[in-house]
Amino acid sequence: MELSGGEILIQSLQDEGVEYVFGYPGGAVLHIYDAIFRQQQVKHILVRHEQGATHMADGYSRATGKPGVVLVTSGPGATNAITGIATAHLDSIPLVVITGQVTSKYIGTDAFQEVDAIGCTRPCVKHNFMVKSADEIASVMKKAFYVATTGRPGPVVVDIPKDFTAPHIKIPYEYPTEVSMRSYAPVSGGHVGQVRKAVELLAQAKQPMIYTGGGVLMSESHHELRKLAQELGYPVTSTLMGLGAYPASDKQFVGMLGMHGTYEANLGMHNCDVLLAVGVRFDDRVTGEIEHFCPNAKIIHVDIDPTSIAKNIGVDIPIVGDLKVVLTRMLELLAQDSRRANPEDIARWWTQIEEWKSVKSLAYEASDSVIKPQYVVEKVWEVTKGEAYVTSDVGQHQMWAAQYYKFDEPRRWINSGGLGTMGFGLPAALGVKLAYPESEVVCITGEASIQMCLQELSTAMQYGLPVKVVNLNNRYLGMVRQWQEFQYEGRYSNSYVDALPDFVKLAESYNHVGMKIEKPGDVEGALKEAFAMKEKLVFMDFITDDTENVYPMIEAGKGHHEMRMHPKVGELS
Amino acid sequence: MSVSKHVVSLLLENESGALSRVAGLFSMRGYNIESLTVAPTHDPTLSRATIVTSGDDRTIEQITKQLNKLVDVVRLVDLTEAAHVAHEMMMIKVRASGVQRDEIQRLSVIYKGKIVDVTESTFIIELTGNSDKLDAFIKSVGDEQILEVVRSGVTGIARGERGLKV
Repeated sequence: MELSGGEILIQSLQDEGVEYVFGYPGGAVLHIYDAIFRQQQVKHILVRHEQGATHMADGYSRATGKPGVVLVTSGPGATNAITGIATAHLDSIPLVVITGQVTSKYIGTDAFQEVDAIGCTRPCVKHNFMVKSADEIASVMKKAFYVATTGRPGPVVVDIPKDFTAPHIKIPYEYPTEVSMRSYAPVSGGHVGQVRKAVELLAQAKQPMIYTGGGVLMSESHHELRKLAQELGYPVTSTLMGLGAYPASDKQFVGMLGMHGTYEANLGMHNCDVLLAVGVRFDDRVTGEIEHFCPNAKIIHVDIDPTSIAKNIGVDIPIVGDLKVVLTRMLELLAQDSRRANPEDIARWWTQIEEWKSVKSLAYEASDSVIKPQYVVEKVWEVTKGEAYVTSDVGQHQMWAAQYYKFDEPRRWINSGGLGTMGFGLPAALGVKLAYPESEVVCITGEASIQMCLQELSTAMQYGLPVKVVNLNNRYLGMVRQWQEFQYEGRYSNSYVDALPDFVKLAESYNHVGMKIEKPGDVEGALKEAFAMKEKLVFMDFITDDTENVYPMIEAGKGHHEMRMHPKVGELS
Repeated sequence: MSVSKHVVSLLLENESGALSRVAGLFSMRGYNIESLTVAPTHDPTLSRATIVTSGDDRTIEQITKQLNKLVDVVRLVDLTEAAHVAHEMMMIKVRASGVQRDEIQRLSVIYKGKIVDVTESTFIIELTGNSDKLDAFIKSVGDEQILEVVRSGVTGIARGERGLKV
């Protein structure tokens, strides 16, 4: 089969089984767009901004586990995509991002729409490839998908000069069936001796904790995690990125840990003697001040990326390996060896944890005059029966969504945890909806975040993507305002949004449904009404309490044992 | 933890961009880089790089792990962990007129240097060896006599059977 470079590119996407490409055309990719036009299999979703394309592909990938694919033009197309690439990079999401490049002979001449896409994206990709000839396209694409999806996943950029995709140059096409790279060999199994040592240590614990993260979701090892946790009977906490790997409604789950984690999760960490950390990276938002982190614990850390281990926190038993393999081995060893921790110790530990739990660190002050954002999230959970895919933007609403929407299944909670990218939520929701048109997809956002990728309401209109937008509108950059209240004596520098659009009219202008909800009593009814409109995107503008803060909170320089609690903690139910 | 100097040797894919990934890693993560040398090997698809860096044990561990993670890095060894040779080459242009000419020549013999260029008023001396020796030579010549110094940076190789192979 003889094909042009542009056709080869699209054919290789077909051969990879790609369903959707999220993109935006421009000069350098016109040959590729012509190849898209002349086939049916790969569907192209035209976005309104390249950042939206990367977030859509990212949301699609987080929900399905498949790589997300993006196609943008050179110059501004590539630079606009960078925020989304960096977002995927920090959360280890597999993307293949194809950037057009100016014709090869013009590279380096400051040609129209020329940017060094390889140089610009280098610090925020897992790897990138510059295509050097048309006959390299198929093998580079194969490598790109391989690198993006194996080991610790991540985004891969493929930069293709326009002339290599030209329609008149036909070359033989064969998509490689295998790929081998001498400089890239992702690990699989963990060291058997280390795994054995870990299991022995777990059996000696008196006050154990299991700390899980996004790696559990990426490696599809939530079943193994659940079995292991239940076999051991130890408390489980999760990072923001790992929510849903272990069911939030299970009695062993003690909630999220870290900066806005629960009292019981954070004190459990602070007081534990054995910590099993799986698929996590000891992020600063999780550890608090490192000096105070888990002062009495022996730490077992399992991760596929050796650089995650001992990067921020020293560990006692490091295990580099695929979580699925390592957790399976742990289960096998536990099945062979009946030694377990002393049940009395574990019972005593649970009594302590229950005591911390009784503090009710997530209780908030109910109101019948002003809408509490936490209440809205709780009602979203009720109305969607806890089964929705929930995307979020970044800030207070993100934390409330994480705290009050109880995720029982993996890949349901989709947010930018590492980079903290405002503008992520809406396009990510559209990507999820394309993957799962029959499922409820909710974007929980704020009036500031939503405006950062608002243009994608138009993409939703074009492709008929009826997601539900829950806008927790407090007229502030809420998390900034909260920090300014706590740390800058209430000097609210530039955190007030003084010129908001009429979101109802705005939604209606895109032929969506807009709703404005101002009273607590109207929240539930509005949600039910909105979710009943299966065919419509409904933008719900909830006017919420503008002074509400996210609690608990670990402020800068503090440890897990120094949480700032709601001022009325103990009086609230 | 105490900071120590390490010589890390890498085999890289001989591709455009591979070196910038290595250099970028150091600047991006705030690691020290004292010198970096790179050139193709007898296998033209591979480049060999030697990096001199410093840090405490945990930082050095991260540096080697992060370098290993780069897709273009094929193999890596921290030479400092065992016996190795780490040399650099220097060319130094010195003022040499009158009595200084004899003195510089004598000094150059002591340090096993080679005079590779001679004019009426200058010498260029080529010198190889470990970095301390080169430093000592510079000191012996003295600032007033020195016109220019160019050093290659350290290149290193492990002694004996140990080594970097694909």
